[in-house]
Amino acid sequence: MTDLLREIFARFRSFFRKREMDRDLESEMAADFDLAVDENVRRGMSREDARRHALIRLGGMESARELHREARGLPVFDTLLQDLRYTFRNLRRDAGFTTFAILIAGLGIGASSTVFSVVNTLLIRPLPFSDPGRLVWIWNGKSTPDRATQVGNFLDLRDHNKSFSDLGAYNAFTSVGGTKLTGDGEPERLNSMPVSQNFFSVLGVQPQLGRLFNTDECRWRGPKVVVLSYGFWKRRFNSNPGIVGRSVILDDAPATVIGVMPESFNFAAVFAPGGRIDLFVPLPLTKETDASGNTLAVIGRLKPGATIQSAQAEFSVLGKEIYAAHHERNDIEPVLGPLDDHVSGQLRPALFLLICAVGVVMLIVCANLSNLLLARTATRQKEMAIRAALGAGRSRLIRQMLTESIVLACCGAVLGLILAVTGTRILAHLDGMNIPLLGSVQVDGNAIGFTLVIAVVTGLMFGLAPAFQVPALALHDSLKDSNRGSSEGKRHSWIRGALVVSEIAFACVLLVGAGLLIRSFLRVLDVNMGFQPQRAAAMRIDPSSQYSTPAQRSAYFREALRLAKSVPGIEAAGLTDVLPLDGDRNWGVSGKGQVYPEGQGPEAYVRIVSDGYLRAMGIPLRAGRDFTERDTPSSEQVIIVNETLARMLWPGENPIGQMMTQDGGRRVVGVVGDVRHLALESGSGGEMYLPIRQTGDYSAVYLVVRTTLPPSGLAAAVRASLRQIDPNLPGNDFRTVQQLVDRSVSPRRFVVLLLAGFSGFALILASLGIYGVISYSVSQRTQEIGIRMALGASARTLQAGILGQTLGLAGIGMMVGGVASWMLARTLSGLLFGVTSTDPVTFVAMLAMITGVAGLAGYLPARRASRIDPMVALRAS
Amino acid sequence: MPGQKLDLLQGTLDVMVLQTLASLGSLHGYGIARRIEQVSGDQVLLNQGTIYASLVRLQQRGWISAEWGTSDNNRKAKFYSITKKGRSQLAADAAHWRRLADVMGRVLAT
Repeated sequence: MTDLLREIFARFRSFFRKREMDRDLESEMAADFDLAVDENVRRGMSREDARRHALIRLGGMESARELHREARGLPVFDTLLQDLRYTFRNLRRDAGFTTFAILIAGLGIGASSTVFSVVNTLLIRPLPFSDPGRLVWIWNGKSTPDRATQVGNFLDLRDHNKSFSDLGAYNAFTSVGGTKLTGDGEPERLNSMPVSQNFFSVLGVQPQLGRLFNTDECRWRGPKVVVLSYGFWKRRFNSNPGIVGRSVILDDAPATVIGVMPESFNFAAVFAPGGRIDLFVPLPLTKETDASGNTLAVIGRLKPGATIQSAQAEFSVLGKEIYAAHHERNDIEPVLGPLDDHVSGQLRPALFLLICAVGVVMLIVCANLSNLLLARTATRQKEMAIRAALGAGRSRLIRQMLTESIVLACCGAVLGLILAVTGTRILAHLDGMNIPLLGSVQVDGNAIGFTLVIAVVTGLMFGLAPAFQVPALALHDSLKDSNRGSSEGKRHSWIRGALVVSEIAFACVLLVGAGLLIRSFLRVLDVNMGFQPQRAAAMRIDPSSQYSTPAQRSAYFREALRLAKSVPGIEAAGLTDVLPLDGDRNWGVSGKGQVYPEGQGPEAYVRIVSDGYLRAMGIPLRAGRDFTERDTPSSEQVIIVNETLARMLWPGENPIGQMMTQDGGRRVVGVVGDVRHLALESGSGGEMYLPIRQTGDYSAVYLVVRTTLPPSGLAAAVRASLRQIDPNLPGNDFRTVQQLVDRSVSPRRFVVLLLAGFSGFALILASLGIYGVISYSVSQRTQEIGIRMALGASARTLQAGILGQTLGLAGIGMMVGGVASWMLARTLSGLLFGVTSTDPVTFVAMLAMITGVAGLAGYLPARRASRIDPMVALRAS
Repeated sequence: MPGQKLDLLQGTLDVMVLQTLASLGSLHGYGIARRIEQVSGDQVLLNQGTIYASLVRLQQRGWISAEWGTSDNNRKAKFYSITKKGRSQLAADAAHWRRLADVMGRVLAT
């Protein structure tokens, strides 16, 4: 073994000391030559004869040196170096071709590496927690849409299971801007996340500074403490480590900062994509929090040896037992799944689509480069013939060609990596994208390795066809097909045609895919949301702690609404506890006298709103009236329902005036249109609106305003006006309602943008490919065209012929591509909305687009051909 | 077939070189070639180039060492000598060749 190592080492050394070793060999041979001459002279030869015999005896210097090099060095590397040197010389000479090829390869590889980096972050790289493979998401199948678990049920699950080393939880219902920071500096609204005491230890993360919550702090009304997120610590406190132990004013009461989480722990990126979390606060697991119903999002860490399947079996039984023993609680049906599935599983089909799309783009890139190289090989016939004549073997020629294509691909990979780094930076800094972990997308070691592999594979792929043409060319065509040949070999043009056809077919598939998704996206944006996001904006104005009684709060609301409406440009204002597309909760409902079997009663989403909200949000009132200031605790308890709920509870009857059992009886005073509250793609379900002055059951108060001016310009004016009643009112959370809509469609927009970009690139490549083939065939046929023109062919017939050739190629490509996309589009159906996978509009548009582009790509060479001067063409050699 | 020289089997030249150096001590490349030809009764076909290749290979394996010196008739030459490792390698190789020759002889005698 050591001998082998020593030999390899020696070989490497001689490889790098080539000149020295050669010189040594030369002097050795010279010395031995002299010895041989001496000996011959001694034997009685004349000096002349002695030299001649010695020369014959010792053989050629050159072959000895070759043998020596082979025996001592690294022959494979030697040839490779030669090939590389030759390649670089060649590529430098043909700078135009090289630049173009590197550009195409670079764009393709850049796109692939970017998509790979996204996939790597979202699907391949483990979550940024310790041993994330053992983390399990546990949701409650009996609670929709939030899938949250009640505190009591959580405690029973935690204490009685044998599969998990621990279960942790966070509050699934924290609203944006739920905490108000006052005191030093500008007041602002913060997003705080209540987490169970063991939450961080279940995930296996430690604070960067300070400590985590202790048992005392996790009691109900325990000491007020907070742990800061890294981002908030950096932004608000300039990363000052002295903040730990200090006290800050949160919601008008002091709270002690006990710790800071590390940068690697980005809670929002994993669990609340598109948002941010500033603070972590203790979540008491007591009867008080139990009373709020299903509130917990639960994560467990499996014990060694336990599997999700075994744990699921145990939890199914456990869930039934718990509900049987505690009928006073909400029902529970634990459903377990890997945490990473929960985080990014929903994006898997879209990411898979992007992978396929970028793969198709790479195939088109390969076909295009193959075509370019083929055209180039044709012009290099002579060179190859000479190399072959000088003794280069078939395999050596092929290797030379493959070296060239791989070098091109690797240069492209360098460009691609630069593009990928830029691309991932842009993606990572996209704000408000509802895509988990997007902020940590970057080109890491995996991505660089992937790029290297893809470069070599690409190089091999686009180099193979041209490389295997070479030996054949070298031996036959260059001899026969010399100067005045009319057209190139049949086989050659056949391959080029096939490559162009496949490029067009691939481009078809991409265009159809992108077209279907773009149409879906437009359909989604076109959906009747039930509210009007244009020129509406919202900010939180929760009454501060000094407004403690319902009457005081009611007065505060009235004043806030009056002040908001007094701002110039504001035409309507109202209050709500939850914004569309920003969260939801639902309650069981029933009309008075209606009885439903257990567990099958209708449910409705709940909004606590004030008068004016419907108008501010643009929700149409279908019948009855809006709330007024006179709907107070002492007046009749009232409610507004949406059309779906009205149909659910009183089919065929007039809902106005009906009684609901809510809060001991509420009279329906109005019916409003349905609002798409969960997502633009899904319907509304039952919805009901309760007057904010008749209930205390809200945890947030948003002021919603409708403006005549662009809403973002009004933030400062609204804040200034409202500070008259609350000098400490934070104003950092002013959001337009359109932002909510944008965030909700952001994953779809993300995919559509990337896919549209890819198919645009594919279309350009395919048109370049077809242009290249046609214009090459025109230049090859210059003489033929000249003869035809001399014989009286008109420019028009020539043009028509060339255009026909182009469209013929494009037609075959579209036929193949059309059939392929028709079959493949079905796999997209999960991502489509409002269009079928065989949407004729998309298909026709795709055909028209490709025909147009191909026509243009054929027209340019055709025009050139028709301008050929027959005399010049015939005289040309 | 007298008159026609033997082509060397792969690997035999290295053994011959080692053996030559083992029996004659320090020797230059030309001398090694001459010696092998003489011992074989001028039956092997030797290309001087392959001798150099063999010498550099053996050197890289650490079986022989080389040094520039002066020959008897006062000429500069590169002298090779076998190392300790070379000797044990030679012993192993020689045993191998003897066995092979023995087997071949027996098979061909039948």
